[in-house]
Amino acid sequence: MFAREGARVLVCDVLDEGGQAVADAINSDHGQGTAVFCRLDVSREPDWVQAIGLASETFGSLNVVVNNAGVLSPETITETTVETWDRMVAVNAAGPFLGIKHAVPAMRRVGGGSIVNVASVSAITAGKLGAAYHASKGAIRSLARSAAVQLAGDSIRVNTVFPGPVDTPMLRETYGPSHLSRFDTQHPMGRMAMPEEIAHGVLFLASDESSYMTGSELVIDGGWTAQ
Amino acid sequence: MKLKGKVAVISGAAGAMGAVEAKLFAQEGAKVLLGDLVEEDGNRVAGEIEASGGQALFHRLDVTKESDWVAAIAAAEERFGPVDVLINNAGVYRTTVIDQTTVADWDDIMAINARGVFLGTKCVIPSMRRAGAGSIVNISSTAGLVGNAVEGAYTASKGAVRMFSKAAAIHYAAEGIRVNSVHPGVIDTKMVEHLMADPELGPLVMSKIPMGRMGTAAEVAKMVLFLASDDSSYTTGSELVVDGGYSAQ
Repeated sequence: MFAREGARVLVCDVLDEGGQAVADAINSDHGQGTAVFCRLDVSREPDWVQAIGLASETFGSLNVVVNNAGVLSPETITETTVETWDRMVAVNAAGPFLGIKHAVPAMRRVGGGSIVNVASVSAITAGKLGAAYHASKGAIRSLARSAAVQLAGDSIRVNTVFPGPVDTPMLRETYGPSHLSRFDTQHPMGRMAMPEEIAHGVLFLASDESSYMTGSELVIDGGWTAQ
Repeated sequence: MKLKGKVAVISGAAGAMGAVEAKLFAQEGAKVLLGDLVEEDGNRVAGEIEASGGQALFHRLDVTKESDWVAAIAAAEERFGPVDVLINNAGVYRTTVIDQTTVADWDDIMAINARGVFLGTKCVIPSMRRAGAGSIVNISSTAGLVGNAVEGAYTASKGAVRMFSKAAAIHYAAEGIRVNSVHPGVIDTKMVEHLMADPELGPLVMSKIPMGRMGTAAEVAKMVLFLASDDSSYTTGSELVVDGGYSAQ
């Protein structure tokens, strides 16, 4: 969607094959050089340094960072190991922190930018499972507000999107049909979101259309947390 | 065009923010009914839209009167077809110190800002059902989220808008009618001219905005457009803050 709207995109993931395939598809649709793949483990600071450096070098400037990477683990508190906790926090909270930290110098060089963090409705209301996930998403929410206030003077905007249930392989594989059926029966809209419905919100916050928005929270959940 | 073929009703459309919304919506392909108390300005804005190739109709609308709403919605439907989008934009702003606020002042602010949103929503629902779906955008304020010392009644009225929007969102979600609220911070319009010109309050308010400037009506209108359009098809019961970081602190 970003490429369609004219952006050049550094596609980052720990999955080399999948990430390269996305970059290749963008380049075949929008011309060679539109997208470049870069391996990025968001929990590792050297990876971020390399990715931000590559984006600035390849495209000449960096205007937008979307902290989209995340992992989900549906366990109760007593089942949660320290390893699981640390992994949730490393990917879901330290990931965006490092992304912001290393994007800021590059964005200052071009006079500003927009950072969009993808949290979750799990940062707003809790379910019975996934305490570590909830905690890590709550961390992004507060981090984003803090960063927004701190970076407003640099014309760097920081906002957060809170998706409700999105029909993705991550959710289907983690929960299975019996758990997912509650999104049909207990959900105001009676369905999960399509990934495009989240992407439209991310695009809006990334673009200049949201030029007076910073520290804001865009909930895209079909009414789930309004209840 | 994000609103191609859609029918939109905007209250308070003769004012600064409403007029910008109406013009943006028309540019994006919507047929727009502009409701307002101020007939001269409302007709002028509608005329400007028509002159630039858009479709617009002015209708006198006192948002506190149910009969006015019924007539405005009917006029929109008769001219353009069933209503797809309603922007409850009309509002009044007054600074009021609580212990000096008269009941008449309180009732006036609540009638325009809160009852107006309720009536607009109530009266548009049958038309949106005929359209098969719809999007209602209610203009609240950062004053509906955080308190401040000089806006007692206004804050209460905008808090009512926030929570009413969520209740309506849940009630109508299954019918494909989405309801969201927008919470502008200090926007550079006539409404806050008086506040920002105050030698004490003006600089104080400005110092509390992380971005260090007021927003523009156009910046709010783009958010309203996003919520009105199908780009936000999974967003309902949400509250969108456009305040330069004011309420994030």
